[in-house]
Amino acid sequence: MEKLLEIVGLKTHFFLDNGVVPAIDGLDFWIGRGETVGVVGESGSGKSVTALSIMGVVPNPPGKTVEGEILFEGSDLLAYDAEQMRRIRGKEIAMILQDPMTSLNPVFTIGNQIAEVFMLHGGKSHPEAIEGAIEMLQVVGIPNPEKRVHEYPHQLSGGMRQRVMIAMALSCTPKLLIADEPTTALDVTIQAQTLALMASLKDRYKMAIMLITHNLGIVAEMCQRVVVMYAGKMMEEAEVESLFANPMHPYTRGLLRSLPGVDRKERRHQRLVAIPGIVPNLLNLPKGCRFSTRCEEHIGICKEEEPPLFARDRHRVRCWLMKD
Amino acid sequence: MDIDQPIRHVDAVAFQFSRIKKRIFRKKYLKIYVGGSIFLALLFASLLAPIIAPHDPAKLDLTLKLLRAFESEDFILGTDNLGRDLLSRIIYGSRISLLIGVVSVLFAATLGALLGAISAYFGKYVDELIMKVVEIFLAFPFLLLSIVIMAFLGPGLTNIIIALVLSRWVQFCRLVRGEVLSIKGRDHVVAAKALGAKDMYIIVRHILPYTMPSLIVMCTFEVALVIIYESSLSFLGLGVPASVPTWGTMLAEGRTYMMAAPWLSVFPGLAIFVTVLGINLLGDGLRDVLDPRMRGR
Repeated sequence: MEKLLEIVGLKTHFFLDNGVVPAIDGLDFWIGRGETVGVVGESGSGKSVTALSIMGVVPNPPGKTVEGEILFEGSDLLAYDAEQMRRIRGKEIAMILQDPMTSLNPVFTIGNQIAEVFMLHGGKSHPEAIEGAIEMLQVVGIPNPEKRVHEYPHQLSGGMRQRVMIAMALSCTPKLLIADEPTTALDVTIQAQTLALMASLKDRYKMAIMLITHNLGIVAEMCQRVVVMYAGKMMEEAEVESLFANPMHPYTRGLLRSLPGVDRKERRHQRLVAIPGIVPNLLNLPKGCRFSTRCEEHIGICKEEEPPLFARDRHRVRCWLMKD
Repeated sequence: MDIDQPIRHVDAVAFQFSRIKKRIFRKKYLKIYVGGSIFLALLFASLLAPIIAPHDPAKLDLTLKLLRAFESEDFILGTDNLGRDLLSRIIYGSRISLLIGVVSVLFAATLGALLGAISAYFGKYVDELIMKVVEIFLAFPFLLLSIVIMAFLGPGLTNIIIALVLSRWVQFCRLVRGEVLSIKGRDHVVAAKALGAKDMYIIVRHILPYTMPSLIVMCTFEVALVIIYESSLSFLGLGVPASVPTWGTMLAEGRTYMMAAPWLSVFPGLAIFVTVLGINLLGDGLRDVLDPRMRGR
């Protein structure tokens, strides 16, 4: 598959008063054209910072991308200046944020906010842009768009607002859509609708999606490939069937075990298994593998040396147990 | 239920009206009403000065000099040492006070808000630079700074506005900078950035509207302050030319006759006092309503 986005050795650090936090500490993965890649991991594993780094909107100070390359269609986004980067944002790569309640500006009508994108990137006049906004609202399935376009965010429900966010993100038909936990703030029925909408729009516009989530169910439903992150590093990367059928990293296995199963008889009456402990403090990472402090299967070398990525066919994993 | 039925409709209108009445005449708006009426009265007085004022403020008549206040029906507040009607001069003086107060605060707020927003939004050396300039301005006592600027520029209406703008913009700059620092990290700003919006566009459209409540409150207090400082500068002879009646120059002129004709200083002073009180009340009331930190207290 042709690579649309390739991240090579990316390091984004936050420079705080009490030390340097390596929020992303050497990340490599790629997303193919029209492919959906899931990025999963606990809170604080660096998923959102990855998204912000790709968009070039890491809050600076204190954050800064210090090393690596972000190749988009072959050219390095980190080498772009502010103006070049601005042209990419929204037009080539768009982003949907987690919370639709706070991501829209409450002072302007949603029509004006969608029209903004058309005026910025399409060079359209205001009336044309409003026409475009109505069209986009129709695409994302908001009923009565001619009326809704003049409404303010507070007049819409959460699901509606997330649809508006999607409409804004898609209005310039980007090649890559970064969705940062797009359904976390929504209730379950709306989640399903939103995901179905994203899937259908993906086919329609032939775009790639980087789906950040901690819901493995969504990953199984939507993605072709999965990247598992932990404390700023990629732990495992595989095609979705391969990952669910044969999770190689103890961390991935832990994540899968911590899912409640309603259909599996043997697990119905068991306690839910949690991974003990929390993500280590990034200011003070353990020696060796960064998961070793919580890993039930760790061996001698785990606490000594950081494992490299071991490849098995198209399944890559960062764990000493997979060395042979 | 059919609300188009005529009788219900009338009921609904009456109900709506009583609700609106309740909403308007709430106690917490009292300050706004009192302060606002004083401000509006002042505004009308200054706009309609030629109609309201009983006499020409510049007309000399030495036969009528130093008439006592309330003595003559024609000159209610008395006359000054040159026989000019005090009431008319106070009414005309409100024009200068209000003009200078409002115009210089508008300019200072615009300049300060823009620089403050730019400073906070871009951060780093831009922030360093602008904040250093602000600190330099703050290091001077405010009145001294205005006096120095006025001494450079010479007296005149435009110059006094320039002097006041130059010495007051820093307050707005610091206020807005603080607000923007907290707003710039909000989701909708990040979202706008992620959609490729230009920096200045984000500042003007997505950030500055949020600073409006505190900015408006600050503006009202500053108008009051600037009116006082304009009077002080005029009192010191650094204001507008002496031929133009202002409250400050009237105070200065009346000072010489303080013992013989106290009304010459008392009434202009009273005018300043009531004006500043009214505007401060207005600002206070606005803050109670607009500032979320003060809400519910």
